[in-house]
Amino acid sequence: MDNNLKEQILRSSGVNVLKCMRCGKCSGTCPSYDEMEYHPHQFVYMVEKGDIQKLMESESIYKCLTCFACVERCPRNVEPAKVVEAVRLAAIRQQGNNHLTPVQIPGMLDEDLPQQAIVTAFRKYTK
Amino acid sequence: MQRIGVFVCHCGTNIAATVDVKAVAEALGHEPGVVISQDYQYMCSESGQNLVKDAIKEHNLSGIVICSCSPRMHENTFRKAAAAAGLNPYLVEIANIREQCSWIHRDIATATEKAIILGKAAVAKVHLNTPLTSMESPVVKRALVIGGGIAGIQTALDIAEAGFDVDIVEKEATIGGKMAQIDKTFPTLDCAACILTPKMVEASQNEKIHIYAFSEVEAVKGFVGNFTVKIKRKARYVDEVKCTGCGACIEKCPMKKVPNEFNMGLDNRHAVYIPFAQAVPKIATIDPNYCMMLKNGKCGLCSKVCAAGAIDYKQQDSFIEEKYGAIVVATGFNPIKLDKYDEFSYNTCPDVVTSLELERLMNAAGPNGGTLLRPSDKSHPHTIVFVQCVGSRCSDEKGKPYCSKICCMYTAKHAMLIRDKYPDTEVYVFYIDVRTPGKNFDEFYRRAVEQYNVHYIKGMVGKVTPKSDGKIDVQASDLLSNEQLHIDADMVVLAAAIEPDKTARPLATMLTTQMDTNDFFTEAHPKLRPVESATAGIFLSGACQGPKDIPETVAQGSAAAAKAIGLLCKNSITCNPCVAHSDELMCNGCSSCEKVRPYGAITYSDKEFRMPDRTIAVRRVASVNPAVCQGCGACTVACPSGAMDLSGFSNSQIMAEVDAICK
Repeated sequence: MDNNLKEQILRSSGVNVLKCMRCGKCSGTCPSYDEMEYHPHQFVYMVEKGDIQKLMESESIYKCLTCFACVERCPRNVEPAKVVEAVRLAAIRQQGNNHLTPVQIPGMLDEDLPQQAIVTAFRKYTK
Repeated sequence: MQRIGVFVCHCGTNIAATVDVKAVAEALGHEPGVVISQDYQYMCSESGQNLVKDAIKEHNLSGIVICSCSPRMHENTFRKAAAAAGLNPYLVEIANIREQCSWIHRDIATATEKAIILGKAAVAKVHLNTPLTSMESPVVKRALVIGGGIAGIQTALDIAEAGFDVDIVEKEATIGGKMAQIDKTFPTLDCAACILTPKMVEASQNEKIHIYAFSEVEAVKGFVGNFTVKIKRKARYVDEVKCTGCGACIEKCPMKKVPNEFNMGLDNRHAVYIPFAQAVPKIATIDPNYCMMLKNGKCGLCSKVCAAGAIDYKQQDSFIEEKYGAIVVATGFNPIKLDKYDEFSYNTCPDVVTSLELERLMNAAGPNGGTLLRPSDKSHPHTIVFVQCVGSRCSDEKGKPYCSKICCMYTAKHAMLIRDKYPDTEVYVFYIDVRTPGKNFDEFYRRAVEQYNVHYIKGMVGKVTPKSDGKIDVQASDLLSNEQLHIDADMVVLAAAIEPDKTARPLATMLTTQMDTNDFFTEAHPKLRPVESATAGIFLSGACQGPKDIPETVAQGSAAAAKAIGLLCKNSITCNPCVAHSDELMCNGCSSCEKVRPYGAITYSDKEFRMPDRTIAVRRVASVNPAVCQGCGACTVACPSGAMDLSGFSNSQIMAEVDAICK
């Protein structure tokens, strides 16, 4: 268990994972559930246990849409999406590499893609 | 010369671990007037009290100071001990060196210094204490029960059984409350109506019980043993004495599209109505919001068909005033509104219902005559999903932070009843925890799982989406198999959290009783005085104090009755002698005190006073009725001329304490 990493995730997310009462509403509400290896409730629980390396290595951190449905509906105000975001940020910072470079953009572009999505993608997938 | 004794209690290690009690006793022994200063391990024990009693006799003490726990805990104990030794009980002062000192400090030196200062303040005060004598106040031998649900009915029946008159004030048209809406009761599955309606009839036929239905408490004055309550009798537009409850008016009423509250709005009633067949009192009520005669003067059919001539369109709200010795609050609960839970589609899909609505849908006297049908198309549901903890255990602003306690059990009941009657229906229950602490409760829940094959799934429903084919998509997580489920349901039942009735808060203000942040009434002690409020003479019955099932509610209803009977069987009660009094020579009749008095104890009169040069002047001065004054002290603060003073807490005593602390 990496306590420093846990502290870092807790601090950067601003989430108190101990508020979770394990109801699973976050995972019940998540639209990306089937895409994710680790689900929103697991993010909260695994961060609580300090089991963070697995999360950082998983593709799940890029599958979260940041739609905030889990944040909106969590009965205990735990805000799981912020935990996912914090783990993602930690992974990107640790790896020191970006998951998206401007060169890749033209190949991925789609006419219907709103510009905002590109901006968001840079925020999520780069340092 | 005062002869003061100081007694410092260790309270085991509660005080002694943080406060150097010997140093406190030593320091206070040097205070002026102190002739004996001792410490002891448990001053409240019999030997501790004997220490105090012996010292009073031996040293002929004129006042004592006990350095111990809060006066709320043991002031009475030591007052009694002093009285037993022949000292006036109001010559006892308590210095609270536990709650206000040892429990809140860690450093022994600091805590000891503070304990000495608190002790010095008490010594300074006891120098100015005067002997006080309690007065007696008569007890009105009649009780008021506010709320006519099962809690209020049980309390009223028990008080009547003891031979005292009881009035029940119920805001709805009939007594019975929530239990009247329930079909079966857990864990025995006996019929709620079969056990409730005989009690309702018993209450109405008991000559000691008077039921004021369709009435509300408007104002409360007075104090324990002597409350004066103003009751508003809301206009029914039907003469209660003449109405026979025959129902002819209801049959003829053309206004048939009024949402029926008793059936949770799942069907309609007429503008003139009797809530249900077993209503008590069985008297018709006209709903002024829908009655065409009352709205625009066109109709009057009910009046024409009423053989008893009971219809009275001109009836007005009326008020009665009655005196009571004790008041029992039994205002009950309601399920919360689910407007804010968009994810469950409660507002948009008629087949998403609350548990209380399901209760009516399954009730033989309900909108479908006891056959469970979907509200949207009246078809038989084959898949039903129950969602637990909707609004309970929430730390967000939408829900309630507490567990509503009854939902786990009534959901098991509903699931079991459905599987029993309609074995072709699949029932899913999404739960966070199944909480079944009660006699035969867990066995009941296990029966639902093992015998009736109800599918209990640990997880929460995240989203409920009505589909175009009439089915409902329920998206939920199954935490044990770590997967997200989609269930094609026909009906979804939400276990809505319960909250205290909205009338509870204004009532608490009228009764000067305390509530918690969730508007549940606060009991005088959470363990040892669970059915009394902190306000003397006000008792608590049922779910107004916290979520409760029927057996607990009945038990608490009887307990509240026992407490009320204990009060009513006394001829008089001892009043607190620490009451206000006014110095007529200083009073200038400004009425400042009258404006702040919460108990109405202050009156004014014109009195003649001898003035210099043998003249006589007539001045308006205040006087306090000591039987009514509760010693709150508001008037002493408001009085600009210093004429008002409080016995036992006089201005000079309080200033002496402040001086001692600041020295």
